[in-house]
Amino acid sequence: MNTRGLRSQLKDSVPVTGMGQHVGAYGVQDTLRSGFSSVKNELLPSHALELSEKNFQLNQDKMNFSTLRNIQGLHAPLKLQMEYRAARQIQRLPFLQSSHLALDTLKGNDESISFEDILNDPAQSEMVGEPHIMVEYKLGLM
Amino acid sequence: MALSNVVETPASGFNFENVSRNVALDGLLEGGHAKAPKPMKTGTTIAGVVCKDGVVLGADTRATSGEVVADKMCAKIHYISPNMYCCGAGTAADTEKTTDLLSSNLTIFSMTSGRNPRVVMAVNILQDMLFRYRGQIGASLILGGVDCTGNHLYTVGPYGSIDNVPYLAMGSGDLAALGILEDRFKPNMELEDAKELVRDAIHSGIMSDLGSGNNIDICVITKQGVDYIRPYQESEYKDKRQRRYKYRPGTTSILTEKIVPLELEVVQETVQRMDTA
Repeated sequence: MNTRGLRSQLKDSVPVTGMGQHVGAYGVQDTLRSGFSSVKNELLPSHALELSEKNFQLNQDKMNFSTLRNIQGLHAPLKLQMEYRAARQIQRLPFLQSSHLALDTLKGNDESISFEDILNDPAQSEMVGEPHIMVEYKLGLM
Repeated sequence: MALSNVVETPASGFNFENVSRNVALDGLLEGGHAKAPKPMKTGTTIAGVVCKDGVVLGADTRATSGEVVADKMCAKIHYISPNMYCCGAGTAADTEKTTDLLSSNLTIFSMTSGRNPRVVMAVNILQDMLFRYRGQIGASLILGGVDCTGNHLYTVGPYGSIDNVPYLAMGSGDLAALGILEDRFKPNMELEDAKELVRDAIHSGIMSDLGSGNNIDICVITKQGVDYIRPYQESEYKDKRQRRYKYRPGTTSILTEKIVPLELEVVQETVQRMDTA
């Protein structure tokens, strides 16, 4: 069930950022990889739900951890986040499909179906990335 | 072919890439004459009534797409679980998909916990899902079911608002249907009276609203089981075709006939033994 947080927990929600083009070296727009940019496309979301959906899971997690911290103390969210971090590392290299089984079980996603499971399955995606570039991006070398 | 500008696998779920393109295209097609296709709506009358032994749900069967009747025998009462059914009004695809998702989630729940789901659980799942998408999913649903706590009837609006009342109507014909329900509803009615009441409510919706029509479906949910009567009553205005439009065999005369036998020769034969242990 989605968290219905108190207003006080919402102050920690993920802040609104732009539509996130890649920044290359020197913090400047990476024209080679993402093409020419236009301010309008970057700043304003084109659909009412675009921003809210991008950050939905993060906001839910923040609210849950914040409530848990208030009820049970700091150790509860710390332990949970440690487990999530450990489970997130069980995966293949970025360009291959990993099942994320441990992470799904911890988060409880194995017992529910939502649009994330039906639409845009990454295994069926039409665009394949270059393996070297994807690994470099993941390691932060790009 | 591997693209070098893709640095992470795309996220699953809704994809908003085409929104700005669609906004720009709207009205550009054929110099403003052609518009984007409208989604099929179920301009509808749906109604539900709680009676002594269970819940009775009713719906009409017309689905419209703009000003055209797209489907004359549309099924608007969707299965959720063995003890719960849901009538859907609004965009046809949205109601179908939402009720399908709800049904799948409840099946998983009943398998992992070994319990029958309650109606409040279904309502909460629907509420969460519809509020998350801020009304962009155009589904107004009437959910009725019988569980261990009694007979329940809930309505869920497109933004996630719920209402728990003994009799309900939704859809474009809801005002007409609600008039009949307000007039003749009594608490703890008998099953047959409740069926008649729902039939009359849907009938008045069909007569007074352009978006509703054709046949009436009724679904009766009781502790013993579910009786899905489709159609409960057929419309008097069924179209009668004047003639048969299929050609009978022999209409076209055969002038000549030529048979060419295909000669196949066996080139190679291999036998592979199947291990059927």
